[in-house]
Amino acid sequence: MPKQPNTAVLQIAGKTSGALIELDHVTKQYPNQPVAAVQDFSMTVQPGELIMFVGPSGCGKTTTMKIINRNTAPTSGSISIDGRDVLSLNPSELRRHIGYVIQQIGLFPHMTIAENIGVVPKLLNWSKEKTNDRVHELLTTVGLEPGDFAHRYPKQLSGGQQQRVGVARALAADPPVMLMDEPFGATDPITREKLQAEFLRLQASIGKTIIFVTHDFDEAVRLGDRIAVLSNRSQIEQFDTPANILTNPANEYVSSFIGLGTAIKRLVLIPVTEARLGPASAAAGGTTTIRTTDSLRDALDALVLTGLPALAVLDEQNRAVGSISVDQISAVLGTEVPVLAPTAEV
Amino acid sequence: MNLDLNGLLTFWARRWDDILELLGEHLTVVAVALALAMVIGVGVGMLVWDKPFPRSTVIAAAGVALTIPSLALLALLIPVVGLGWTPTVIALVMYSLLPIVRNTVVGLREVPPAIMESALGMGMTPFTVLLRVQLPMAWPIILTGVRVAAQLTIGVAAIAAYVAGPGLGQFIFQGLSSLGSKNALNFAVTGTLGVVILALVVDAAFVAITRSTTSRGLRA
Ligand SMILES: Nc1ncnc2c1ncn2[C@@H]1O[C@H](COP(=O)(O)OP(=O)(O)OP(=O)(O)O)[C@@H](O)[C@H]1O
Ligand SMILES: [Mg+2]
Repeated sequence: MPKQPNTAVLQIAGKTSGALIELDHVTKQYPNQPVAAVQDFSMTVQPGELIMFVGPSGCGKTTTMKIINRNTAPTSGSISIDGRDVLSLNPSELRRHIGYVIQQIGLFPHMTIAENIGVVPKLLNWSKEKTNDRVHELLTTVGLEPGDFAHRYPKQLSGGQQQRVGVARALAADPPVMLMDEPFGATDPITREKLQAEFLRLQASIGKTIIFVTHDFDEAVRLGDRIAVLSNRSQIEQFDTPANILTNPANEYVSSFIGLGTAIKRLVLIPVTEARLGPASAAAGGTTTIRTTDSLRDALDALVLTGLPALAVLDEQNRAVGSISVDQISAVLGTEVPVLAPTAEV
Repeated sequence: MNLDLNGLLTFWARRWDDILELLGEHLTVVAVALALAMVIGVGVGMLVWDKPFPRSTVIAAAGVALTIPSLALLALLIPVVGLGWTPTVIALVMYSLLPIVRNTVVGLREVPPAIMESALGMGMTPFTVLLRVQLPMAWPIILTGVRVAAQLTIGVAAIAAYVAGPGLGQFIFQGLSSLGSKNALNFAVTGTLGVVILALVVDAAFVAITRSTTSRGLRA
């Protein structure tokens, strides 16, 4: 029997979906560095929230995450999970309940894929059968055929496949908190989009508290409940929902980070049903149709591709419920776009 | 004084049982010494690999042990532990420590930082990381150290006959001390040949052991 974890860790361990994370005036100064890597960082993440960190290379995203699971000790400030000060918890036991996908993946080369995914379950003394079942379930979830992959070694996988194993490994013991450092960085755009969709679906059912680092603003918009745009020393330039950041960037820095095409990026977030659809008769035939579950971005894509003035919109039962045109898409943005002037908030 | 091949063969035929026994002794004393040196060397390596001062001290000390001439070391051991197996095993262990400790330290330190970070980040304790990640990853490197130590000690063990130690050295010394007699050369040649063959066979065995005990994920 291993020694009993202290009760505070058990509290975190007991849950598999979201925990509240609070960082309070956290600073990290690496020794012999001219400036702090993270300076006076405060943030509250609600249970079940998916927070995206975006910011340039070296701005302190990784360091901020490492402070949460105590891989790095903060110079000052406090961090709590569900009200428990993490600095008072046993670090190893704490980390078993925080899924961590590191930027460099870090799979163990001498273990098979199944053994890699089974590391935390083993630390938690799960039975062999339970671990095995879980490994198979997770491999399937991340789109790797268990029969083919379970007994391979990491070096026999592509970079993108290794990343997926890294995600599966972090999910293994169903931790309430996940820290994911560019988990899809090494995948091609098509696989990445599939993984994002799968990830969103998964998150909808498991509802973990997730901090997710990305360089890709579109990924942040697509996945995040809220996005933290960071600048050097992990300074929060803006922390808000994707829609609010796109329509109302806090300053020049945020605008430049979003880049061009904010209108088109926003369309990703808006379902077709938000538009005032035209009559079904307006659709000029053609085989391309839009579904009510699609986003306005999908609709615009199809309109541009086909060159047609309007396309039919079909509901779940394949019934035409109306049509959509570029004008109707613009109208949605028009009503939503407030002044684009920078505001002083945050 | 010429080597007479027929005489040598006759000598082998007559002494075959002795030769096998000495070979067996030689192999045994080397194996015992290596096993002890592995326990001590890997253990010490695990204790010091991440502490700069103890690490360099231990490696320097093991290096010094290696520079003591084997005859002198054996002679020094006689008044302390007497003759026979004991001084032989002690001397062989001392010679084996440097390659084993050094390779253990190198192997444990060579685990990439990302692997260390993910191991700790998943909630392994530093000791678990050492046992379940670093040691298995360092294993081929540690075994290489043991292999070097094996070559070294097979040679040194031949000199152990000087302290009445076991092994093929007995033949060599017997030959050297009876130069001029009929069988002197046969003794010396047989002992030397035995040492060389033993070294080759053990080396081949290490290649096989390394292959079969290293994770497939680590093999090139
Ligand atoms: N162990 C360390 N020792 C000293 N300085 C460090 C250390 N780790 C990171 N830094 C510095 O701290 C700053 C923040 O690094 P961090 O790794 O958090 O950046 P990041 O935002 O994750 O960057 P990237 O997008 O490139 O991964 C950088 O200036 C980096 O050089
Ligand atoms: Mg980083």
